[in-house]
Amino acid sequence: MRLRSKALVGSGLFRDNRAAHLKALSQIQVAADFASQGGGELSRARHLSRGKMLPRNRVSNLLDPGSPFLEIGATAAHGMYDGAAPCAGVIAGIGQVMGQDVMIVCNDATVKGGTYFPMTVKKHLRAQEIAEQNYLPCIYLVDSGGANLPSQDEVFPDRDHFGRIFFNQAQMSAKGIPQLAVVMGSCTAGGAYVPAMCDVTIIVKNQATIFLAGPPLVKAATGEVVSAEKLGGGDVHTRLSGVADYLAEDDGHALALARQAVSFFNRIKPPTVKWQCSEEPSYDPEEILGVVPADLRTPYDIHEVIARIVDGSRLDPFKARFGETLVCGFAHLKGCPIGIIANNGVLFSEAAQKGAHFIQLCSQRRIPIIFLQNIMGFMVGRKYENEGIARHGAKMVTAVATTSVPKVTMLVGGSFGAGNYGMAGRAYSPRFLWSWPNSRIGVMGGAQAADVLASVKRDSIERNGGSWRPEEEATFRQPTVDMFEKQSHPLYASARLWDDGVIDPRTTRDVLFLSLNVALNAPIEETRFGVFRM
Amino acid sequence: MFEKILIANRGEIACRIMKTAQKMGISCVGVYSDADATSKHVEMADVAVHIGGSTPTESYLCGDVIIQAAIDLGAQAIHPGYGFLSENPDFVDDVLSAGLIFIGPSAEAIRAMGLKAAAKALMVEAGVPVVPGYHGSDQSDDLLADEANKIGYPVLIKAVAGGGGKGMRFVEEAGAFQSALESARSEAQSAFSNSDVLVEKFVRKPRHIEVQVFGDGDDVVYLFERDCSLQRRHQKVVEEAPAPGMTAEMRAVMGQAAVKAAKFVNYVGAGTVEFIVDGSDDFAIDSFYFMEMNTRLQVEHAVTEAITGIDLVEWQLRVAAGESLPVQQDNLSITGHAFEARLYAEDVVAGFLPATGTLTHLAFPEDIRVESGVRAGDKISPFYDPMIAKVVSHGPTRTIALKRLAKALALTEVAGTTTNLEFLGALVNHTGFGLGEIDTGLIQRDIDKLIEPLAVTAGHAVAAAMRISGLNRPKFMSGFHMWQPLSQSVSLARSGLLVDASVEVFSPDRQHWNIDGVDVVAECFNGKWWIDGQKAPHVTINDSVVTVFDKYGIRFDVIDALDVVTEAVEDGDFIEAPMPGLIKSMFVSLGDKVSKGDRLAILEAMKMEHSLSASRNGTVVEVLANSGDQVIAGAALVRLEDET
Repeated sequence: MRLRSKALVGSGLFRDNRAAHLKALSQIQVAADFASQGGGELSRARHLSRGKMLPRNRVSNLLDPGSPFLEIGATAAHGMYDGAAPCAGVIAGIGQVMGQDVMIVCNDATVKGGTYFPMTVKKHLRAQEIAEQNYLPCIYLVDSGGANLPSQDEVFPDRDHFGRIFFNQAQMSAKGIPQLAVVMGSCTAGGAYVPAMCDVTIIVKNQATIFLAGPPLVKAATGEVVSAEKLGGGDVHTRLSGVADYLAEDDGHALALARQAVSFFNRIKPPTVKWQCSEEPSYDPEEILGVVPADLRTPYDIHEVIARIVDGSRLDPFKARFGETLVCGFAHLKGCPIGIIANNGVLFSEAAQKGAHFIQLCSQRRIPIIFLQNIMGFMVGRKYENEGIARHGAKMVTAVATTSVPKVTMLVGGSFGAGNYGMAGRAYSPRFLWSWPNSRIGVMGGAQAADVLASVKRDSIERNGGSWRPEEEATFRQPTVDMFEKQSHPLYASARLWDDGVIDPRTTRDVLFLSLNVALNAPIEETRFGVFRM
Repeated sequence: MFEKILIANRGEIACRIMKTAQKMGISCVGVYSDADATSKHVEMADVAVHIGGSTPTESYLCGDVIIQAAIDLGAQAIHPGYGFLSENPDFVDDVLSAGLIFIGPSAEAIRAMGLKAAAKALMVEAGVPVVPGYHGSDQSDDLLADEANKIGYPVLIKAVAGGGGKGMRFVEEAGAFQSALESARSEAQSAFSNSDVLVEKFVRKPRHIEVQVFGDGDDVVYLFERDCSLQRRHQKVVEEAPAPGMTAEMRAVMGQAAVKAAKFVNYVGAGTVEFIVDGSDDFAIDSFYFMEMNTRLQVEHAVTEAITGIDLVEWQLRVAAGESLPVQQDNLSITGHAFEARLYAEDVVAGFLPATGTLTHLAFPEDIRVESGVRAGDKISPFYDPMIAKVVSHGPTRTIALKRLAKALALTEVAGTTTNLEFLGALVNHTGFGLGEIDTGLIQRDIDKLIEPLAVTAGHAVAAAMRISGLNRPKFMSGFHMWQPLSQSVSLARSGLLVDASVEVFSPDRQHWNIDGVDVVAECFNGKWWIDGQKAPHVTINDSVVTVFDKYGIRFDVIDALDVVTEAVEDGDFIEAPMPGLIKSMFVSLGDKVSKGDRLAILEAMKMEHSLSASRNGTVVEVLANSGDQVIAGAALVRLEDET
């Protein structure tokens, strides 16, 4: 069915929405631009003066000309560590090398010598998780001093800390997912294991070094005086130690060697879905900014968004007349069949049951699922609790949690409460989770949280025979409202890698397609659902 | 008419002849050497015969082999083309005595015109004007001065044994004759040990104008003139018909003189009478002189065909088959103007040196006559004339014909070998040439300007870089980025210099390039690329060479980023044992000075002797092992220090 938009393109409301979205977008652009500059002008100049390529140029010159680049965590660590770690000091993303999708993890030595802050570790691990789930070869462009020592308690000891990087490398290598390192700078202490644990390692002469302990530490420990190059330079590692396999003349040569290595990975995508010819939507994706209200609390018809994402603006709506607050349906996205699950209001029991049914269908047919999340939560109240909305919600959560088909989640509005779970929030391991600049995430809205806390407080005051004046209550509520407002912002969320990045809503179709296309590098396994509470 | 003929030639002319013969229903036998086994004329021939090795003396000059081939395959006649055996009277005799027909003049006519000096004498006898001069053995001053007066000033005094301008003097008027004679003589004496001189009429602005004639044994007609003045070192480059500035009166006089010359030797078939014309004389009817007669079809015959509408090869075949001339003189006329440019594989800048190579790409515009003996993929071999093609334009006026030629050359695409295309382009755009002010010295005078390289723009580099990177055919989702486009480098070089090229791909339809600091936008509309607002030129790539087809073909080289030799960085202070073994000999001792590569020691290991040598120059400051020592792998044997 070809969707018909009811939006009035160019109307006053349309223009106001667009202006508000563009404003929110510019805030993200500023943050992303800042992050892309790494450690700032001075350290970039110093980096260049050593004959090194800037990290973003390393990434771009590794990629095929014109290759799309799906960057992960472009504003990671934004506003954290007093701004000391733009982009979390590591660039991560998926692009094509010799026509093959790969995950690239590139240290930014202009950011505190490329040392690992807690978010650096988290981002590196997230990149590896994506690679492992989607069978993406990993290319590590290494230029890092290792753990950030002042943060050692947050980067070294725990399960998802530094050591997990090497665990992941071993695990992926065991699964036949190639691990390639290009050592283009320091690679010290624990970091030395990144190249050492790789299947193949390339090292740049007179520039890159790999050692467990650098010259100062060696001198302190044993009194031996040795230069960095003699201790662990490219010549040493390709001629004597065997820690690296290829010696490169410079960054450009190293990247060319990496491309050559990838050309011998000999991998093909498994057959997964039945493709058809791509078709542009009938409605311009550019209009998304105008048709989606700027204010989260204003309801709107999610079909307006779907019409601007899917091929030919065509949707096969499933159970259109049942549980209408959850839109389910089949469509194609740039030729790839998809199931869409999108919120169109609060979740009721019927909607949850419909969602679970639809996920079963997609799983049976091995069709990837796109979640468009704009959810204030499940419906509350006696009627709903008594009819077992928790039971119905659990069915949907079970289905979301256990389906084997690739899931990609887009936060296009609110992501609150249990709705986040049912709609494949981060905890449900969607292959990718992206946010729009207008989206907000939290256990509940700020006002509701303030209500809950205020009512507890009021009860306590009144129990003690006191009374609470409205001004006092307002003063009490404000910090909670403020805190929720700040913490639900997508930049706050993205800084902490609760998502894979904030995107320009106009690129939704592209981002979803690339996400799906990446996911289809892995075979779609048969699904085994858990027990559904019937 | 013949059933079957043999074409004793190769390349362009063999193809040209076959085209007409096959159109007339005549079957063609081709001949080929080793080098030509797969060439275009072999492909075109109805049947082809191998006649020998690659050098002409082993094949195309082997008359007996060719005649035998004609007999074996039942050809009734042999067309010699031009060059090779075409003006060899002995071959003509052999053809005839084998009972075959030679498509061309008689052996006698060829012999008569073959010796240049004798031919001139013959023409004097026939009443055809030759350059006035005195070539006698009486070298007395008075006689020479007298002869100079008879010839008429200005005159040229030349050493009889001369060459290279030595012993040559230009004399403007009689008063200067004596002193010029003396200095010419003394120079000739010292240069050639022979002071004899000759005196000739000086032609101020020499133009090479030739008349096409055609005889059938009874009658001879002339098919007007061709101007071949654009030459370099006597090699014709661009020819045209008719000659610019030619008057009807002069044309008739020259035509009749040419007919007279041909008739004098009973000429049969197509021939050309070459004249030198004094271009400074406004075609005064006494200002042309016989030079020589070419007793064959010429390379530039196509311009005559263009203005007369006659197929000269068809005439050759018909006359050789015994027909009379198809058209009488009165019915011949000139329509419009025609040009021919000769495209050669040659390095103009290096001094017109012949070039070789494989034509990786070859394309001509559709609407122009092109005669070519090669195809894309063919080799230009060193064995033969490196001509790639003749491009022939025709138009109602000289200006239009020249413009059409210029355009055709601009649209001609050749890759894989160096060519004179850019030079031809400069020539057809030469102002003086455009105005018809031509003479045989034009190219030499303006050579610097004619070989001036055309400006290559950043847009050309973009076209090349797009092809190298594959960005001319962007893939699905090309250029997708989230917040910043990626800046990517493309490696290429022009004339040995690296081009600093980088690109930001914004979408499949839009790329921002930077070439050595210059920004260029490339955009795609309806599947067609525009670079910097200009339609993107056609580009081909072959191995590591990219050719951008604009400005007559601009070559860029692809740089292979993997083509890097990475030397291990050793200071070379220590010469170490590469493996465990026994020091068989130690050749150096303390204080010895050694050079890079010097043998320092011999290590015996695994029953093999390994020679250890110095990796740099230096002085031996330590010898750490002696012959007979057993050493471990990596043991330092000799330590060097820099020479002070």
